[in-house]
Amino acid sequence: MKSNFNNSKPAIRSLADLLPGETGRVAKMPADNSVGRRLMDLGLLPDTPIRALRRSPLGDPSVYELRGYRLCLRRADAATIQITLDKLSP
Amino acid sequence: MTQLAAARDLSPLRLGLIGSPNSGKTTLFNALTGLRAKVGNYPGVTVERREGSLNLAGRQAVVIDLPGTYSLDPISPDEAVVTQVLAGEIEDVAPPEALIVVADACSLERSLLLITQVLAKEKPTCLVLTMMDELAARGGSLDTQRLEAALGIPVVPVVGHRGQGIRTLRERLTDPEAWSQPQILPPGDRAALSGWVDSVMTACSAQRPAAHALTERIDRVVVHPVLGSLLFLAVMLTFFQLIFAWATPAMDGINEAMGWASEAVRNAVPPGLLADFLADGLIAGVGSVIVFLPQIVLLFALLYLLEDVGYMARAAFVVDRAMARIGLEGRAFVALLSSFACAVPGIMATRTVPSPRDRLVTILVAPLMTCSARLPVYALLIAAFVPAENVIGPIGLQGLVLFGLYFVAPLAAMTVAAVLRRSLLPGEGMPFTLELPSYRMPSLRLWLSQVGGSAWAFVRRAGTIILVASVVLWMLLTFPRTPAPPDLEPEAAAAYALEHSAAGRIGKAIEPAIAPLGFDWKIGVGLLASLAAREVFVSTLAQVYATEDPDASLREAIRADIDPTTGRKIFTPPTVAALLTFFVFALQCTSTIATMARETNSWRWPAFAFGYMLALAYGFAFLARTVTAALI
Repeated sequence: MKSNFNNSKPAIRSLADLLPGETGRVAKMPADNSVGRRLMDLGLLPDTPIRALRRSPLGDPSVYELRGYRLCLRRADAATIQITLDKLSP
Repeated sequence: MTQLAAARDLSPLRLGLIGSPNSGKTTLFNALTGLRAKVGNYPGVTVERREGSLNLAGRQAVVIDLPGTYSLDPISPDEAVVTQVLAGEIEDVAPPEALIVVADACSLERSLLLITQVLAKEKPTCLVLTMMDELAARGGSLDTQRLEAALGIPVVPVVGHRGQGIRTLRERLTDPEAWSQPQILPPGDRAALSGWVDSVMTACSAQRPAAHALTERIDRVVVHPVLGSLLFLAVMLTFFQLIFAWATPAMDGINEAMGWASEAVRNAVPPGLLADFLADGLIAGVGSVIVFLPQIVLLFALLYLLEDVGYMARAAFVVDRAMARIGLEGRAFVALLSSFACAVPGIMATRTVPSPRDRLVTILVAPLMTCSARLPVYALLIAAFVPAENVIGPIGLQGLVLFGLYFVAPLAAMTVAAVLRRSLLPGEGMPFTLELPSYRMPSLRLWLSQVGGSAWAFVRRAGTIILVASVVLWMLLTFPRTPAPPDLEPEAAAAYALEHSAAGRIGKAIEPAIAPLGFDWKIGVGLLASLAAREVFVSTLAQVYATEDPDASLREAIRADIDPTTGRKIFTPPTVAALLTFFVFALQCTSTIATMARETNSWRWPAFAFGYMLALAYGFAFLARTVTAALI
């Protein structure tokens, strides 16, 4: 989906950089290997809105909300997922 | 009636139940089949096989409860079971003729991805939507008739724990041949799926539910950096306490009851071999099975309660980082912690670990944790040989040794886990993924059936092996029967019989092998007998040394024991150090071996565990002996 309504170029980041409370959209998934396919089967398809909820007390993993449920991912796995950051998020 | 129709009515209809964890699949399975599930294993893998029968109007059906999964694209042999069952590739498991997909209505959007993969199997499929009540409570809605039209398959909403919708579902299940099938399959390419999911969600005019407000509020505390950590510690301490201390009265009660039963048999049956067999072999064997039940029931009662409420996923979330250091994940923590009390429930608790590799590593290192059966051995040897002097202030040497023995074990377990994860069982195959479900009121019925099922599975599957092993060990310690010289005291006669039994002979035969550790044949017999359970070491030594009570007089006897050939004491400080170290590492426990065999569905892994732990035990015992000898 093209975001023509937004003139500023959306910033591409990794999901691991999404701070608690921030929202974004999945831009690019890792290569079509078994790990990438599994993450996609969990709902992390391109263009999926995703919100970082909080980090574990020890700093890793983090919990995200997407497609109506809460999913925990480790930083190392989240780092393989590219997202565009929602500018409008609080 | 045509031949085909006749065949149809004779063989039961096979229905496959597919759904993600937390989808309400187990509740639906129980609602459909009652509590008559047959539980077993699929050949060659650790996946549990559950089937239940269902009486539909005029037609018998079997529901196959397939393991909970988010995807039909397997990335491990265990996950491949689902695809193999669907394809009928497993011997003796006929493939299901029709499929039931179970999905939580609140996360339908995600479940649609699993549904696409199921539809690609091109079997009659129907969708069961659970938690419709929660969807409404959270301000969400969806039109199930429009969803039916969009997907092209029947959709049945249910509220599993209240049984609502089950009747409609049963009516629909009678005739899968008549189910509508999709005109066009959803796109097989994942890149195109996002659009398809959106179009289905729009077509059924789905109003996405608001976040579960209560869950948000509870999570603010439960995964709070400070409060969450404290809660985690408190819950884990409760687990530990439950198995370590609160199970003890029931276990003592069972031991006492077994003692009474033995006594009653001895009173009823004339003295002799039969009485010995019944009292010491059979009843003791049955006792050694059911003595585990208090721990297993208590562990699983708490585990399933917290799982059903939704806390176990949070606990795994909190502790995951620490577990990642040793190559495992958060869900393995409870299993390892429980193994501090007893490896048998600990190994059974690894069922919550979804990755087969992580689960296997956890099973293999669980017996290294300092279980409570090691305590009597430590207590005897420390009381007998470690001087009761204070080292620093009020801290005594005896306490320090016990502390050391306790803490070297988890260090060893962590090291072995890290090594296994990198060498024998490597692979980054599975990303760590964990769903944090919404908090729910647990269902009493589901909870009872889960706890009862675990206890029964232990008795039926591991219990039989434990019973046989106990009887075999009793036979080794009893036969061949050599009449003792008539002038001996009863205790001395028992010692004489034991020395001439098969176990006594094995002890003597292995003496050269254990001599480097300073062990003589008597310790060898004790080690052999301790295979029944580690604490049996103490009572066997009491028998070998012909002492009446295994406490004070045994301590005196082993302190005074002299090697007849060298004239030196057997239990020197280096030998005691070696023996304590040996018990830290060795897998001296038939029950653990049996449980391991059942949970891994093979004898290969228990054999491996026994082997590596024996090697560690021997190596470190030798080291401990050498170092202690050098220090003195």
